[in-house]
Amino acid sequence: MTRYHRPATLTEALSIRASEDVAILAGATDIYPASANRRAWGDPTHKDVLDITAIPGLRDITETPHGFRLGCLVTWSQVARADLPKQFDGLRQAARHVGGVQVQNRGTILGNLVTASPAGDGIPNLLALDTSVEVAGPNGTRMMPVADFLTGYRATALARDEIALALHIAKMPRAVSGFRKLGARHYLVISIAMVAGVVDIDENGRILMARLSIGACTATAQRLPALEGELRGTSLYHADKVPEARHLDHLAPIDDIRATAAYRRDAALRLLRDLLWELGE
Amino acid sequence: MIAFTLNGAPARTDAAPFAPLSDTLRESLGLTGTKVGCEAGDCGACTVLIDGVQACACLVPTAQVEGAEITTIEMQSGEAGALLARLRAAFMAHGAAQCGICTPGMIMAAADLLLRDAAPDAQAVRDAIGGVLCRCTGYQKIVEAILAAAQGFAAVEQEAPAGGAVGASIARLDGWPKVLGTERYGADAAPADALWLRVVRSPHASARFTLGELDAARTRLGLTAILTSADVPGLNAFGIMPALKDQPVLADGFVRYRGEAVLALVGDRAAVEAVRDADLPITWQPLPALIGVAAARADGAPLLHAHAPGNILVQGRLARGNPDAAHATAAATAEGAFTTSFVEHAYIEPEAGHAIPREDGMDIIACTQAPYMDREEVARVLGTPEDSVRIIPSACGGGFGGKLDVSVQPLLAIAARRVNRPVRVTYSRTESMASSTKRHPAQMQARMSADAEGNFLAYTLEGDFNTGAYASWGPTVANRVPVHAAGPYRVPHVRAHARAVHTNEPPSGAFRGFGVPQAAIATESLVDDLALQLGMDRWDIRRRNALTRGDATHSGQVLHASAGLPECLDALKPDWDAMLAKVAAHNADNPRHRLGAGIACMWYGCGNTSMSNPSRIRATLARDGRLTLWNGAVDIGQGSTTVIAQIFADALGLPVAALTIVTGDTALTHDAGKTSASRQTFVSGRAAMQAGQALRAQILKLANAGDDARISLAGTTLTITDSAGAARGIDLATLPADLDAEGRYDPPTTALDADGQGIPYATYGFAAQIALVRVDTQLGTVKVEEIVAAQDVGRAINPDLVLGQIHGGIAQGLGLALMEEYIPGRTENLHDYLIPTAGDVPPIRIHLVEDPEPEGPYGAKGVGEPALVPTAPAILGAIRHATGVRVTRVPVLPHRLWEAMR
Ligand SMILES: Cc1cc2nc3c(=O)[nH]c(=O)nc-3n(C[C@@H](O)[C@@H](O)[C@H](O)COP(=O)(O)OP(=O)(O)OC[C@H]3O[C@@H](n4cnc5c(N)ncnc54)[C@H](O)[C@@H]3O)c2cc1C
Ligand code: FES
Ligand code: FES
Repeated sequence: MTRYHRPATLTEALSIRASEDVAILAGATDIYPASANRRAWGDPTHKDVLDITAIPGLRDITETPHGFRLGCLVTWSQVARADLPKQFDGLRQAARHVGGVQVQNRGTILGNLVTASPAGDGIPNLLALDTSVEVAGPNGTRMMPVADFLTGYRATALARDEIALALHIAKMPRAVSGFRKLGARHYLVISIAMVAGVVDIDENGRILMARLSIGACTATAQRLPALEGELRGTSLYHADKVPEARHLDHLAPIDDIRATAAYRRDAALRLLRDLLWELGE
Repeated sequence: MIAFTLNGAPARTDAAPFAPLSDTLRESLGLTGTKVGCEAGDCGACTVLIDGVQACACLVPTAQVEGAEITTIEMQSGEAGALLARLRAAFMAHGAAQCGICTPGMIMAAADLLLRDAAPDAQAVRDAIGGVLCRCTGYQKIVEAILAAAQGFAAVEQEAPAGGAVGASIARLDGWPKVLGTERYGADAAPADALWLRVVRSPHASARFTLGELDAARTRLGLTAILTSADVPGLNAFGIMPALKDQPVLADGFVRYRGEAVLALVGDRAAVEAVRDADLPITWQPLPALIGVAAARADGAPLLHAHAPGNILVQGRLARGNPDAAHATAAATAEGAFTTSFVEHAYIEPEAGHAIPREDGMDIIACTQAPYMDREEVARVLGTPEDSVRIIPSACGGGFGGKLDVSVQPLLAIAARRVNRPVRVTYSRTESMASSTKRHPAQMQARMSADAEGNFLAYTLEGDFNTGAYASWGPTVANRVPVHAAGPYRVPHVRAHARAVHTNEPPSGAFRGFGVPQAAIATESLVDDLALQLGMDRWDIRRRNALTRGDATHSGQVLHASAGLPECLDALKPDWDAMLAKVAAHNADNPRHRLGAGIACMWYGCGNTSMSNPSRIRATLARDGRLTLWNGAVDIGQGSTTVIAQIFADALGLPVAALTIVTGDTALTHDAGKTSASRQTFVSGRAAMQAGQALRAQILKLANAGDDARISLAGTTLTITDSAGAARGIDLATLPADLDAEGRYDPPTTALDADGQGIPYATYGFAAQIALVRVDTQLGTVKVEEIVAAQDVGRAINPDLVLGQIHGGIAQGLGLALMEEYIPGRTENLHDYLIPTAGDVPPIRIHLVEDPEPEGPYGAKGVGEPALVPTAPAILGAIRHATGVRVTRVPVLPHRLWEAMR
């Protein structure tokens, strides 16, 4: 039978993590469906569980002089309602479109990142926000950019004895951002393709820096360095004219039940243009 | 111990901390109002409030509710209780609960919204319930009910006076338990000492297997029993067709599809649920599988069944005139190949039930659409006489054809017989999807011709229907399709040929429309082609050819009455013209987001095809004054309990409120046939009318009164008042016996000859729909913006219930057109298999056409299935109007439309 730990302190949680093979549980919105899937075909077993939700202080969104810190238990609903600057608009839009309200109320942004699903809606936004992950382990904490944290299809750099504590995002007071998700139904839909963007501009609307990323097209969401480079210095109001197919050449989209690779490649390009057009409005 | 507040009172549980809250509420705390449809967050049936906000109870570890405040549908007190009371009343008044399995979740999601936003708009309501799936209602009435509740709705049910029930939209008679959360579905009630059953299923589409030391495994795993095919005391076979019992209860060394039952594990819950399939002594030898009809029909393909040469189970055929010659000389001919997918019923309630062994028989309490057939099947499997088996249907959380076949019943019966204890089972969502029947995927090659004026001349169809591993309702589909294929039009020359082909895929069975929706996709597309070729409006060409009273059908049946398709089309004409104008105006300056309008018609024979399908309904007026309607028809949410009572009440002349109703218990009621083929209102309704008339005649005879007398009942006193106002009282207590009356009706049909000619159905429903869609031509996404339906229902016994059926049919038709595709092993859950959510079903407007059917009760005929049929072809026509692309494969997923537009 599955053992269930629900420690009240981080120290205790880290020591359980260090000494046992446990699955960390936060909002549980990925944990239970995965377990139902296995059970349906005859595997009712589950790893022992380390529930981190009784540990105080992990649910806060805090502002520091340089940026924002999202505790690991911050949910989609919290982000959707929080008073955050425009650079978070994309993440906020994602938060409103993940699952249904029930899932938004309990699922965490960090859990979404650790699951590292190609279709995780938070991930392209975290990439575009140039997020760092604060990870706690037996020897203290370390910071890691999201791009390094994600190592492949449903794989992360999190060590067996570590817990991800928070997400850190630098302030960009003038930046605008957005998110576009494409699926085959309105609510409760897994993305076929999605794009996220954070674009910093000067007072004339000239692009100082653009970070764009594409999800659900490849095993892990990808930034678009070539396009980002070309956008620098152009006017945001004409930015939607810049993306071309060649900017996506480094992607190798997947074929699956939801769409073909060829479609994904094309749809991603159109979503990018739509997103930039919307940001330029 | 985990302590929390539950519905305002302190609660504690010793449930496992990792047990989902839904399970703890239901199994440990006995609150079964919270439903479970998927255990994966996908359906929202388990929605509760945790500290005032909605959550899926199936995704919450019980440990996490320590110290929290939980509110469930059972909440009666305080602010939340008052809000729930308003929502319940509004759901009742608006007919927002059909089968009711989604209702608790819907009401809780709505409560979450209204606690935060007292005056939401419709968009906010849809956002709030976006995470709760409903397969029955199409969401429109749910949204209306929630908006009404927000405005302080507190109306009481309207009651129809004696003689005024037919035509009144009374609230459904079985509704209150659904909105209160007290309704008992298959998984909601079982004796405390019941053992649990779990079915071990084949992970392979085709395989042989051998079993090792089961007794040792049983002991090692702490199970009470492991059942195999050898434990079936009677015949190890079941199936819909009387002469074709081809599906084993438990496979005997050989499986034909992924999901087929192999073993049944029985024991206490913990033991049964702990077993890993890998720990069981099963050795698999996977075999090459026949996937798709092409593989199954290929030369040298292995045979699934000895009785099906070439893997062809049956062929249906209809021939009239000389279509080849007519095609050859026609002014316009259209042709195409069309493909549809497996479609899952996706009722929100997975199959569940329990069995109680008795000394002389077996009781089965489970969700079903066909209690009498279940009884036959169970008796055969047990090898006992039919009357030793009693089927007591639980409430049914959706069926749509998928609960016509037995599922849990034979398994429960053999297990309860073996262990001689009550046994219960609840399928998981994936198990339900993998094991149950589907809509037949169709591959159709069709051709249609018209003369220069647009009169249809000829139609030919060759269709392969993938019937999967077992026969189920395959023969019915193969027979129904040729009769309906050419559509509700005058077509002098027709040849239609449908084959049901076995493959190593899930058995295809009955699903709202029995193959007719698939054929309509092909035919209506060809009708659009002909209109295009001839430069005609798509409405005009349909109106010109629409079957009407006096016409002969393709099977040579003359429609003497109740053929209201022309009226349906006429009712839609202003909407159609307005829709076309809107499309033209919009598209003039919107190259990317284009609108399109589509139109389609349908007809649908009510009742079984050329087969006796009688219903018997009994009514008693006892000496204690109790008036009872013994109604064997199962209400699966469509409303038969209410409609049949309305018909009966008016035939008798007493108000519906005077009735006690006993439904669908094989020990108490007569056989009212299956809840299928849109037959309950028409066939059982007619039997109920006759039962009412017979009881009325007995009463009038007692009083020597004429037929125009009025009857009233108070206590044991019947008062009969004649037309002159003279009243006569009869004390029922003084009668020598209870009054007992019966009605029986079997719709008149004839057998079809070798060319499919004859009278397959006593009456037909007709309908037409128009759809407006918006297509993003760059992304290939389609949004249905509006649907207007017109349907000839003969007579709307309960207009609100009829509208609810049409809404629900349209939502399923939309799913068929745009998103639903069951792929074994790939889309076996409700996040990979998509059904429409509250954000996908557009506003629906409905014109009810009432062209009375003389055979039907008060003119009524069936409504359940017809609404689904025209939706998909209307949407496809609209997509084509928007894009110029004729799509020939459903679902039209964005990437498919995108490819077609390239
Ligand atoms: C019906 C439904 C619809 C959904 N729709 C969408 C959708 O549209 N888009 C989308 O992107 N996602 C969707 N999801 C998934 C989404 O809810 C999750 O990805 C969620 O955000 C994960 O957070 P959680 O707190 O629930 O994670 P959990 O299930 O608790 O955990 C997820 C994983 O993260 C690990 N983990 C969690 N927290 C930590 C931590 N602090 N440190 C280390 N490891 C940790 C866990 O061990 C586990 O492996 C849906 C889920 C459901 C049930
Ligand atoms: S049972 Fe919880 S969402 Fe389906
Ligand atoms: S009423 Fe909603 S699922 Fe049946």
